[in-house]
Amino acid sequence: MSSHTQTLKITHDWTWLTRVVATVRKLLGHSGIVVTGFIFPLIVLALWQLAFEQNWLPVQILPPPSLVWQTFWELIDSGDLTVNLWVSLKRIAWSVLIGGSAGLLIGFAIGLSKRAYAYIYPTFDVVSQFPVVGWIPLLMIFLGIDEGLKIAAISLAVVVPVTVSTYKGIRSVPPALFEVGKVYGFSYQQTLLRIALPAALPAIFSGVRQGVMQAWLSLVFVELLASSEGIGYLMVWGRQLLQMDIVFIGIIVIGLVGVVLDFTLRFIESRLQTWRRSAF
Amino acid sequence: MAISANLVIGYFKQRDWRGWVLPVAFVALWSVASYFNWVNPKLIPPPYAVLETAWQQLFAEDFFTGLGASLFRNLSGFVIGGTAGILVGLALGFSRWFDHLFGPSFNALKQISLFAWLPLISTWFGYDNSAKILFISLAAFYPVALNTFEGVRSVTLSQLEVAKVYGFSQSQLIYKLVLPAATPQIFVGLQLGLIYAWLATIGSELLLANWGVGLGNIVIRGREAFNVPLIIFGMLIIGLIGALFNRLAARVEARLLRWRGAER
Repeated sequence: MSSHTQTLKITHDWTWLTRVVATVRKLLGHSGIVVTGFIFPLIVLALWQLAFEQNWLPVQILPPPSLVWQTFWELIDSGDLTVNLWVSLKRIAWSVLIGGSAGLLIGFAIGLSKRAYAYIYPTFDVVSQFPVVGWIPLLMIFLGIDEGLKIAAISLAVVVPVTVSTYKGIRSVPPALFEVGKVYGFSYQQTLLRIALPAALPAIFSGVRQGVMQAWLSLVFVELLASSEGIGYLMVWGRQLLQMDIVFIGIIVIGLVGVVLDFTLRFIESRLQTWRRSAF
Repeated sequence: MAISANLVIGYFKQRDWRGWVLPVAFVALWSVASYFNWVNPKLIPPPYAVLETAWQQLFAEDFFTGLGASLFRNLSGFVIGGTAGILVGLALGFSRWFDHLFGPSFNALKQISLFAWLPLISTWFGYDNSAKILFISLAAFYPVALNTFEGVRSVTLSQLEVAKVYGFSQSQLIYKLVLPAATPQIFVGLQLGLIYAWLATIGSELLLANWGVGLGNIVIRGREAFNVPLIIFGMLIIGLIGALFNRLAARVEARLLRWRGAER
């Protein structure tokens, strides 16, 4: 009897051990992949440093990595980087709010009403294919080059993806759900808030994510074109001073913010989708 | 006679004219507002001023030189970027070690907002055609590469196993399995690439407006001279060409993917 328990115990220990080994292996394998991902950037970095040491290119064209690093901390200490980044992020937030609301409104209107669709969609379809940057010279005439221009231009970039995915999200709600709502005698408001909105939410959010990424794209453009503050302006400033280290920092920071935005929104999106799966 | 009349009436009844209400109302309001001087004509010119400018521009050599230069840069950039995108996407999709080696760098770089590259590119390569074409290629490259990669990865293991059972050679594997399976996704990428290339074409002309000729330069010149009709005209042309590219891409896609049947 006791030997039997003993065996059981040993078996148990053994599975536990394999699990640990498997985890360690998995981690190693995973970090192996991560490590190989660093090879290419490291080679580029080494070449960059070598190019500096061998004086292949003038510093005004290619500053050494060490200088970029140093300038990075200087810009943080002086507040130039943080202040400008904050300005840019505030612009994004306002535009996503304004453009997103407009997009939701239009998307809901043309998604729920056939009549609204017939009147609005053909115009929307043509206008939405205009590149966002094409609007900016005209907006500059009407709004000047102040904050209004930036908010308007960036909001425009958000409207299109949010509208399209809201519309598609609502159209793809299974008709059976609306029928159930009818059976329960839902009012129009209830149908909207309890059926259409929750069912379309994942699609809407995916539109919001695309909208934020589009906003980030046009923000950089409009700040490069006409601005006195913001991360894009910081790059223009560095470019004019022939300080390419500042331009490099601009590129890296813009990339990092892009990664963080994308990652956060994707995370929320995946959470929304799990909610949806468990609901049905 | 009666039949043809019926046909004509039927045609007009079938078309949904409600879509025209919004644009027509907009132009009507615009005309009325200009006619009664409700708006500053310098800021919002009457519609016929735009038409007049359009008419002038259509006979101006400048306009066609600009249009040609823009289209040339756009298409060269699209072809270069698209080809590179397909090649890199295929390599990333097929080869695990290529993916492990370059995938993370690729994914990190794609997060850099497109226009952030322009100050760097203009410093390194100047302001002329080649610098702009490089920038446009970059714009077309990412969506094409990304979608090609996803298309290749969409081939399932079971499909691959069937191909292996049939003893497909390496080239058969590529031409008969992976490419047909990946083509729809590659087209999505090319269509996006076309849109982004046009965005980059106009964007680079607006940002580097003092150098070279192009549609964007015409618009910026209109802004500097406060010639609003010229700006509106330029904007409309830019938008219409963008829309045209879209339609064209959709049509080509539909034709090339006809073999998939009436799935969509």
